[in-house]
Amino acid sequence: MVVFEKPKALTDAPFHYCPGCTHGIIHRLVAEALDELGVTGKAVGVAPVGCAVMAYNYFACDMVEAAHGRAPAVATGLKRCMPENVIFTYQGDGDLASIGMAETVHSATRNENITIIFVNNAIYGMTGGQMAPTSLPGQVTQTSPYGRDVATAGYPVKVSEMLSTLDGPEYIERVAVNSVKNVKAAKKAIKKAFQNQIEGKGFSLIEVVSTCPTNWGMTPSNALKWLEENMLPYYPLGVYKDRSAAKKEDE
Amino acid sequence: MAEKVLMKGNEAIAEAAIKAGCRHYFGYPITPQTEIAAYMAKRMPKIGGTFLQAESEVSAINMVYGVAGAGFRVMTSSSSPGVSLKQEGISYIAGADLPALIVNVQRGGPGLGGIQPSQSDYFQATKGGGHGDYHLIVLAPASVQEMADLTIKAFDLADKYRMPTMLLADGTMGQMMEPVELPDTPPAEVEKPWAVRGTEGKRTHNIINSLYLDPELLEKTNFERFERYAEIEEKEAMSESFMMEDAEYCVVAFGIAARVAKNAVVAARKQGLKVGLIRPITLWPFPKKVLAEAADQVKGFLSVELSMGQMIEDIKLATACQKPVELCCRTGGMIPSPEQVLESIEKLAKENQ
Amino acid sequence: MAKVTFNEDLCKGCGLCVDACPKKIIAIAKDKINAKGHSPAEITDQEKCIACAFCATMCPDCVITVEK
Repeated sequence: MVVFEKPKALTDAPFHYCPGCTHGIIHRLVAEALDELGVTGKAVGVAPVGCAVMAYNYFACDMVEAAHGRAPAVATGLKRCMPENVIFTYQGDGDLASIGMAETVHSATRNENITIIFVNNAIYGMTGGQMAPTSLPGQVTQTSPYGRDVATAGYPVKVSEMLSTLDGPEYIERVAVNSVKNVKAAKKAIKKAFQNQIEGKGFSLIEVVSTCPTNWGMTPSNALKWLEENMLPYYPLGVYKDRSAAKKEDE
Repeated sequence: MAEKVLMKGNEAIAEAAIKAGCRHYFGYPITPQTEIAAYMAKRMPKIGGTFLQAESEVSAINMVYGVAGAGFRVMTSSSSPGVSLKQEGISYIAGADLPALIVNVQRGGPGLGGIQPSQSDYFQATKGGGHGDYHLIVLAPASVQEMADLTIKAFDLADKYRMPTMLLADGTMGQMMEPVELPDTPPAEVEKPWAVRGTEGKRTHNIINSLYLDPELLEKTNFERFERYAEIEEKEAMSESFMMEDAEYCVVAFGIAARVAKNAVVAARKQGLKVGLIRPITLWPFPKKVLAEAADQVKGFLSVELSMGQMIEDIKLATACQKPVELCCRTGGMIPSPEQVLESIEKLAKENQ
Repeated sequence: MAKVTFNEDLCKGCGLCVDACPKKIIAIAKDKINAKGHSPAEITDQEKCIACAFCATMCPDCVITVEK
């Protein structure tokens, strides 16, 4: 009996990601969720600009490639004209939290019934390791060669915390993919984010704390450790907003 | 045809779009086109459509990109500064070969400019506007009736050639009220097998995309797109010729400028000057053949524009500079008077006997 | 019988499966290079596999199939 294999919602195309890049894990979790919920045939995904730009080759469902940061707007268009379909975006930190911040905040505050998978690895990977809106204070990148100086470059954006202050969104959770336990929790969160959409509950965003071994300049194994020791204290995991659960408690 | 109703130009665009089967509108407020959004906000919820006031023009055009990718008729509207913001999305829509309508009710520029009518986005509309090798089909109405008719035509052309089209109007046309007749005929259904509406497990996935990392493939895609553009230039150029049969001088103007110019042409005829008017209705494709033929006939051209002279370059190209082309213009929201145009015609005639 | 199969040609040799395996029965091949030019992960002692799928859970490239 097969207990683990590549999900059907992924095509046969091999990922172009660097060795040990956790994008591959997150792609798989999204695909597993689509398969398990039986919605791959109804799904339309929106790929970002950044490392995951070619996600359209990897997901077996219909796909759209969006301009940098605009995926939530594209997803809004798709959802408004096809409310019965399952629409998701897959975006990195530069895409979602920098250039696309307006699209992110406003799709959240409209409680747009879409699912957003937000991959936060604290760096711009595709362009070769520049400072991201989520780069940690002191983090050395190509464009913060002396470490991110908060006096001039400001502080990292905590997307989950920020969005959870809005009345609009249904569900916001931050997960990580640094261990088997956390990957399993991430899967559960991603599945819930899709389930929410199917049930018409509205905007669900899962922030996935992730790695970039190549641009962090570490082995994949050390990158997971660095994530745990440096990113998780700054980006604590957990459910930041769950409106349906909160409503239930009130009742 | 239904009975005539009195409508504002902007409202005629909105109602015509609905008649054309457009059920999805995304916009952002900007003068002088906001009536389109207001009209859609009222009508769309009543007919099961989408009206969404986006957070920006950038978002609005990307919502359009999403709906266009799913293969539904969709539009946005804005005015000059807002249309500049939409250029990124327009380039992606062109690059992904998607049909959509963008309406630009132009105002004076550059920058924040003013809110009075202008035609100074001619270059932006006809020469690309955004990055990369592409064109829009650009339609320039000169009456409220044409605001409606060309809106419907713009949707049809967008579907036919799988590309974005632009209705290039101006503040005067948008605010002007005239009787208008809207068609009752439902729009033709167009097959869109490329659309992303879910595979339903019955086919391999469709991808809406403008990324080609292989330069040979990108070049091939651009070549193919330009073959389609060549067909459009061959088949779709539209213009109106007025008093051109025996004309010795030709005024060229579109939109509101053409209405002013027509008065001046009539006045010039009364003085015995043999003047005619060519009014391009499609700005891209530019009616090159009509202009080239006119160049064999007339002694000179006068381009009348609400800009510092943009279309004049296309007139020179279309006529291969065989005859002098002069400019009569106002800009920044000002409109030339028939007297100013008449004076320019008289000067053209005097200098090119 | 627990069994793991590696689709070796997809493996990039990142080693995340090696770290994840509770039985320490996965290693990066020292004497092998796959089609991608990486030294792939391989199982050293199939007998000891418990089909926990930890390796596959951490694999970023869907290289591993687990059977029981």
